[in-house]
Amino acid sequence: METQQYIESGILELFVFGALTESETSEVAKMARQHIEIQSEILSIEKAIMTLNFSLSPKLSAYNYSRIKNRIFSSNDSVIQLNRDMESSPSKLKSYLGWAAAIVLAVGIGYQYINTQKNESQVVLIEKEKNKLKSDLNLLEIKNKNTQEIIAIVRNDSNSVIALAGQAVAPTAKAKIHWNKSSGKVYVDAAGLPEPPEGKEYQIWSLKLNPLTPTSIGMLKNFKANEMKLFAVDNTNDAQAFGITLEPFGGSLTPTMEQLYTLGKV
Amino acid sequence: MTQEEILPLVLKKDDKAFTILYEMYSKNVYGVIYNLIKDKEEAEDVLQEVFVKIWKNIDSYNESKGRLYTWIVNIARNATIDKLRSKGYNNSQKNATLDNFVNILDDNSRFINKIDTIGISNFISKLKPKCIQIIELLFYKGYTQQEASDELEIPLGTIKTQNRNCINDLRNYLSV
Repeated sequence: METQQYIESGILELFVFGALTESETSEVAKMARQHIEIQSEILSIEKAIMTLNFSLSPKLSAYNYSRIKNRIFSSNDSVIQLNRDMESSPSKLKSYLGWAAAIVLAVGIGYQYINTQKNESQVVLIEKEKNKLKSDLNLLEIKNKNTQEIIAIVRNDSNSVIALAGQAVAPTAKAKIHWNKSSGKVYVDAAGLPEPPEGKEYQIWSLKLNPLTPTSIGMLKNFKANEMKLFAVDNTNDAQAFGITLEPFGGSLTPTMEQLYTLGKV
Repeated sequence: MTQEEILPLVLKKDDKAFTILYEMYSKNVYGVIYNLIKDKEEAEDVLQEVFVKIWKNIDSYNESKGRLYTWIVNIARNATIDKLRSKGYNNSQKNATLDNFVNILDDNSRFINKIDTIGISNFISKLKPKCIQIIELLFYKGYTQQEASDELEIPLGTIKTQNRNCINDLRNYLSV
């Protein structure tokens, strides 16, 4: 009952409005801690006045939020404080010195910024060059590896080397076959062949004589791109001779004898 | 979020707490300032000052000083009055009773056309003229009971209960 009278007196409204003295305020706060009804009454009053007040407030642009937040979370405040101190000092020189220092600082920062930008772009450039060199090196390593392989093939003593001589259609053409008879591996050294015309490819044949039986052992693929002009083709174990013909792209079932470029017996 | 929940966050002074605090109270603070200063740009400047002050002085707040909301509104009122003084406004007390929050409300619903403002202006128009004056003086202008009693020529002893009846009317309209 006493609590109800306290509520009805209207002191809680004045408490929320902020219209009480300090001691009255702390007394109401104490009462609110002790009586839950008083606390909940205060919350209702607060809600009512907040709702009224909320709807009274004109539209508030989002700009205000960021402006205030920036002010609170940047150190600008202390700078302003410093300037104020200077203004109040009797000597204007101090203020000029302050400005001069600020300008020097700003110029310095600007200079550093430009320098940093410059250095950054140089770093980017160097990084690019490094990457290019790296890929060049990779390429060279691959080439080197190929060369090593080729040397190994050429130097392999167990390989037979069969020289193929130019034929009627191309008298100056020549080629070499490196053939390992035990493993059956065949490499074609085609450095002496002219570049095949567009839409044509060289086809390699292993031949048996008596009767003449040609068996395709593959094409010289990507002739132009193969710098060393050394090609691996299919294995053969029982060749008696090798021939190279120029065939339509993709090869033929039987050799086109008019286009026989080179031929050689084992 | 309640005042009890927001307070420890604000005391840690992290920027999320600022955002919550701003969302909770900015419109209310702005409402108080605008009702006194009647100029949007100047009210925005004061709003900034008020939030900087809240942020800097939050350590000095405790519950024995009243509600956090009340503490904040107090800062807003004082900052606005300081601003008005610095601008050389002479508090034209004579017009205090003619010039009140209902006028702002009418302006708001006319120009801003906000649904909740229109909604609220409907029931505020039901508030008795005397209630509008009392709330204007005690809440928006921060008058003491004595000052309000003098201004409105109401016996000092009845200010508290008349104000309570007015707020009860408001609560009935708002169902809080």
